[in-house]
Amino acid sequence: MLDFTELWSPIRLTIELAAITTLALLVIGTPIAWWLARSKSRFKEIVATVVALPLVLPPTVLGFYLLVALGPDGPGGAIAGLYGARSLAFTFEGLVIGSVFYSMPFVVQPIRNAFEAFGERPLEVAATLRASPWDTFWSVAVPLARPGFMTGAVLGFAHTVGEFGVVLMIGGNIPGETRVLSVAIYDYVETLQWTQAHILAGGMLVFSFAVILGMTLLQKRLSGPSE
Amino acid sequence: MNGATIDAAFTGRLGAFQLDVAFTAPTRGITAIFGQSGCGKTSVLRCIAGLTRLPGRLSVGGDVWQDDASGVFRKPFRRPVGYVFQEASLFPHLSVAGNLTYGAKRATRRGGANGLAVDDVVDLLGIAPLLNRSPAALSGGERQRVAIGRALLSRPSLLLMDEPLAALDRFAKDEILPYLEAIQDSLAMPVLYVSHDISEVARLAAHMIVLNKGRKVAEGEVGQVLQRLDLHPATGRFEAGVIVTARVIGHDDAIKITHADLYGQKIDIPLVDAEPGHEIRLRVRARDVSLATDRPRGISIRNVIAGTITEINEEPDTAYAETLVDIGGAKLRARITRASVNDLDLSPGSPVYALVKSITFDRRAFAGETR
Repeated sequence: MLDFTELWSPIRLTIELAAITTLALLVIGTPIAWWLARSKSRFKEIVATVVALPLVLPPTVLGFYLLVALGPDGPGGAIAGLYGARSLAFTFEGLVIGSVFYSMPFVVQPIRNAFEAFGERPLEVAATLRASPWDTFWSVAVPLARPGFMTGAVLGFAHTVGEFGVVLMIGGNIPGETRVLSVAIYDYVETLQWTQAHILAGGMLVFSFAVILGMTLLQKRLSGPSE
Repeated sequence: MNGATIDAAFTGRLGAFQLDVAFTAPTRGITAIFGQSGCGKTSVLRCIAGLTRLPGRLSVGGDVWQDDASGVFRKPFRRPVGYVFQEASLFPHLSVAGNLTYGAKRATRRGGANGLAVDDVVDLLGIAPLLNRSPAALSGGERQRVAIGRALLSRPSLLLMDEPLAALDRFAKDEILPYLEAIQDSLAMPVLYVSHDISEVARLAAHMIVLNKGRKVAEGEVGQVLQRLDLHPATGRFEAGVIVTARVIGHDDAIKITHADLYGQKIDIPLVDAEPGHEIRLRVRARDVSLATDRPRGISIRNVIAGTITEINEEPDTAYAETLVDIGGAKLRARITRASVNDLDLSPGSPVYALVKSITFDRRAFAGETR
């Protein structure tokens, strides 16, 4: 009576979503984190607050605004119109966009902290050794901030895996498209399929435990002997 | 670069601090920027490297690096400087070898001139055994040597050193000083050396600039500047003194003494490693010199030098007076009590004998230094 392909589909979809989201966040979040760490702009803390909003906002509020933005009358709908679709809501692409906003603080914050932690000195040293700012960023800043990147990537991935409210608002429950783990569990419980709910919930429990333990051990090792 | 100079002028506010400094330094040898902490010497160095931007102008050997009038400001990475910070600031994610070649690679790409070979610098600084280590595994002195090597390898046409010894203990300092001298001997590279330690300045530099509270108070050849009696607030009382040049006559190995000729007068100093005929630089602190009106007998002090007082500077509110004694070619400073000035009836023109209790050997003098 247990259909494993039915169970596997939300797992695969969730991993795909989390991986794409994490990648996108590293690309988008790194320049934001750099700017937040280095800029002297007055608007810096305002931008930082916007990035941090998902920490506090109920996912349904974020989901509601995303739904409006991704829907046929929002900018998401306009983009979807370019390739003949009506809307980005209730699509996998829409989920990625939503997850990027939702998990942004978990990636940006650790990277920003890492950029701030080493201060100006290594960058000044690099400049006096003829490295351009772009060169310095890749050859000094990124390697020195590596622990921050690791933490950000793991947290971003894990947090996306655990997202529920936003998915419910903008993704719905379309198998193979938007039916991710958390939604699947909710659905199984609703329909009293306890065995399936148990398997997925237990898997999530083990996964979360492993992520947090692994990260703690990793950070201990990275911040250990070298300086 | 022959005949060219480093011309710098910076004016502006840094936090609660007003900097207003203009100076000219030669493009050869070590020029010390000297002053008490908080006098703005590090800020001057940062302005020259372009790390801090203050209104002003700067040209090095004819190249304009900053000129606000014509809107020129070269970014730090476009200035061929080597910068040695007070803390070695090695990149922790690179090995010693990686640190050394970091600047060398980039300077080559930018077509820097007169490249030093990595091997030569490694030999010069004695860091060959450290190449594969991580910076975290080095002692303070070793780290600073690597930092100096890294700066040298970035093909600078000007080396900037910001108190490179200040963060080190006495042992590590003594370990590095000979290397700094070796650099000066073997590389024709101008160095601006920031320090608040007069003995370091006396040992290393030929030219010096004295800063006090963000302003330049003196500039010139080290020996000349140290003779001046009016620089107390900037140089500090305790270490005040002069630098003189003497010629080695011979050694007495049995009692560990070097005999030397100081402008026609014989002096004895603790044994120095220099051939007879060589010139050596000596530092005599004002507090180590006493004055007598008659040549004393039965005294343990070996160096009694005849001279004439040229200047007496009584310090109000203290018991002391600073005097300047011409010994026929150079001047000694003597710090004596005002009571003695009265009792011995000293005045400019008085013939005196300077009793020198201790003489510090700085280093062999270099060709081209005048006595």
